[in-house]
Amino acid sequence: MSDNKDPQVTPDIPASGEPGRVRRDTTAQVRSTLAKRYAAEKRFRFYGIAAICASLAFLVVLLTSIFIKGWPAFTHAYVKMNITLDADTLELSENPGAEELRAANYGGVIKKSLQEKFPEVKKRKEKKALYALLSNSGEYLLSDMVIANPDLIGQTIEVWLPADDETGALLKSNHDLSKPDTIVTRMSDQQIAMTKTLQDAGETDVRFNKTFFTAGDSREPEQAGIRAALIGSALTLLVTFLLSFPIAVAAAIYLEEFAPQNRWTDLVEVNINNLAAVPSIVFGLLGLAVFINYFHLPRSAPVVGGIVLSLMTLPTIIIASRAALKAVPPSIREAGRGLGASDQQVVWHHVLPLAMPGILTGTIIGLAQALGETAPLLMIGMVAFIVDVPQGFTDAATVLPVQVFLWADSPERAFVEKTSAAIIVLLVFLILMNAIAVLLRKKFERRW
Amino acid sequence: MSITSLLLLALCLAFVSFIIGRQKAYAVASRNGGTRTLHSLPGHYGIMVGLWCALPALAIIIGWKLFEGPIVSSMLDSAIPEAIHAKGDKAVELYKNEINNLAASGVPSGVPSTEQDASKIGAANRLNSLRSYSAIALMILTIAVAVIGAALAYRKIKTDTEARPIVERIVHFFLVASASIAILTTVGILFSVVFEAARFFQQVSIVEFVTGTKWSPQTAIRVDQAGSSGSFGAIPLFMGTLLISAIAMVVAVPFGLMSAIYLAEYASSRTRAIVKPLLEILAGIPTVVYGFFAALTVAPMIRRLGDSIGLSVSSESALAAGTVMGIMIIPFVSSLSDDVITAVPQAMRDGSSGLGATQSETVRKVVFPAALPGIVGGILLAASRAIGETMIVVMAAGLAANLTMNPLEAVTTVTVQIVTLLTGDQEFDSAKTLAAFALGLMLFITTLVLNVIALHVVRKYREQYD
Repeated sequence: MSDNKDPQVTPDIPASGEPGRVRRDTTAQVRSTLAKRYAAEKRFRFYGIAAICASLAFLVVLLTSIFIKGWPAFTHAYVKMNITLDADTLELSENPGAEELRAANYGGVIKKSLQEKFPEVKKRKEKKALYALLSNSGEYLLSDMVIANPDLIGQTIEVWLPADDETGALLKSNHDLSKPDTIVTRMSDQQIAMTKTLQDAGETDVRFNKTFFTAGDSREPEQAGIRAALIGSALTLLVTFLLSFPIAVAAAIYLEEFAPQNRWTDLVEVNINNLAAVPSIVFGLLGLAVFINYFHLPRSAPVVGGIVLSLMTLPTIIIASRAALKAVPPSIREAGRGLGASDQQVVWHHVLPLAMPGILTGTIIGLAQALGETAPLLMIGMVAFIVDVPQGFTDAATVLPVQVFLWADSPERAFVEKTSAAIIVLLVFLILMNAIAVLLRKKFERRW
Repeated sequence: MSITSLLLLALCLAFVSFIIGRQKAYAVASRNGGTRTLHSLPGHYGIMVGLWCALPALAIIIGWKLFEGPIVSSMLDSAIPEAIHAKGDKAVELYKNEINNLAASGVPSGVPSTEQDASKIGAANRLNSLRSYSAIALMILTIAVAVIGAALAYRKIKTDTEARPIVERIVHFFLVASASIAILTTVGILFSVVFEAARFFQQVSIVEFVTGTKWSPQTAIRVDQAGSSGSFGAIPLFMGTLLISAIAMVVAVPFGLMSAIYLAEYASSRTRAIVKPLLEILAGIPTVVYGFFAALTVAPMIRRLGDSIGLSVSSESALAAGTVMGIMIIPFVSSLSDDVITAVPQAMRDGSSGLGATQSETVRKVVFPAALPGIVGGILLAASRAIGETMIVVMAAGLAANLTMNPLEAVTTVTVQIVTLLTGDQEFDSAKTLAAFALGLMLFITTLVLNVIALHVVRKYREQYD
């Protein structure tokens, strides 16, 4: 910084060379600019604080907006119905078999009971509007109840049936239902009035939405759940862990403890660093070309997703494991060798156990990254619409972030809250994993 | 028996062999006067037997699974009617796919309606029986190999068998192989992308791809179809990627850099300990969440803002996607810059302060220039991340390939096109799907070059002050 020409800092020395004058001039000059310089200092400091505050504000806005949107999805509105399960309306024969019970006309009894609630509704169009208040998942609910207990046929039972997604949104919100024009909804004014009648009669209730955690995907928002995606994520992550953990630890041990300093090792190191920065979608292309088109592994399967994600997380875990191995002091190795252990015995018996907390921390962080990853999984076909919970590693499956992506694309408004709720679940898992990593580090961290 | 249970069985056998091998080592030792007469520890003998049991079995399972598909498929050829063979390879391929689907969905038990159906059902039945034979053969072979391997190793257990070096050689080989997987992955990426891209460039000239300004990858499904010849000029995609990444960097660099400077130079260690992890959360949030946020919150907000000042903003504007991507990248810039700023020797700061400079003058005129190479490296790494980012742009940027530099309009990016080309129905030989691999190649090369430069710069910089 010797060539600094800034007059504020280094005043020009006059040619006359009178030392006293120079000092007075410098002091005067410095004094006169001091206020400006301090102001600049304050501004600079303010920019720094502003940048941090803005970044944190982004974070807060992001999280709160998702939380506010997603919270309603954890509850759902139910309507109290008195349903008469008479065999005629159900279109059942004298002694129905299980198959017949399953296919019976449960929609009919629900509609009949709705009509009893609103006897004034007569026109076809109005009736249709009335039936649309309830979710058609009520039929499956009744079907399950009847199959479990066929004696119910002929009786009148009181059940709480799930409302349709639009009705549910209305019931969960605090809108004044007597002023239909203030409400933004797809429902007609008449439907709002009916909903209000039900609400005033105390026949509606908002409860915890169990379906969201027990059901698979569905085209109907009120029947859609994340169970299939959660299981898919778990299977995929298990494959990722089983592959990436041993391979990454072995690679780290080799590079840190055994590798000679040569070109090959250099190449491996450069490769690992580069792979850590390759866009994740490129790993998806690799998975598609190699595992699906060449080896003909099944599409959309957790096993392929797991392989692709483990290739992606390998660099992260290797780099963390190497750092952990490096932190173990050489004296440990020397003591081990001094007692006659072989190089590998030193590693397996002494160095690795001491480095394990650090390695596990890195692994958990790598797996958290894999859990949130979407793009490569789109490439290998995990975007399919999958209703069933996957039973094994080769079944078609989807994962939580892909489910978020799919729901975010759906036009129904109720899917917005489902999407946000799925994101909340995803974030909870990520926070848990990271918290475990932090705790591990805190608890087992050793300073040598 | 499924592959998972077969693998588990092989592992169980290996564990049993380990126990038996160790037992025998103890027995041999006690006959000869204690374990010290053995060359290696009894455990080493056990591991040796276990490895001899598991490794050949694993090799058999993996090899079998790799070659089962092609072999079964060629054995199926005899079940395919001559008429189909006469139509050429594509027809055979199609026919095999149908049989596959039939076999997977369960062969219908009723009487087939046409003769062709009958032959298909016959073929599907044959496929299923071939597969079940193959599964049984694999199981028997695996168990046999495992047991024979274990038995051979078991016989070798003597006091002078050098079990430890044998085991350690195998383990060492495993370590080397694991480390080489990184190279294999890179080679795999290169091969898969280059190979498919080369096939694409046979159909579409590379010059058109790199210099063309029109992108509409719809190729004709029928030969006589009108207006869908498909054009593969990738310039609009490159420009779109560049535009969105530039917006992201405009957001991320000032915020990230100023946060890093404040945290490194001004903040107390307590503030640092709280704020740094909080900023890192931004990097830990899945990109699909950012995409959702961009599409649902930021894009409408920018649109409303534009409307209120009389600007027409596309609902899939580059600005929305770019801004959110910038927010995501802030922690990358800030943590990388933080590292290099704290690496600047304290003596330089002390020298500057000693000459009477204020703290901000020291930062701007001494610390920042000294840290500049490292900061540039960090920014390049962040830029490569922005270019390769997929989910945010897939969800918030458009599909229309507009050639524009106006951030208020919709543009599309390389990654968006890769996803759209590959997530629909695909036929693997069409120019449309192959184009995705050509784009992937471009993406891989660009990010690779950026990364190599960035890592080189950062490493050079570190050496300077170490």
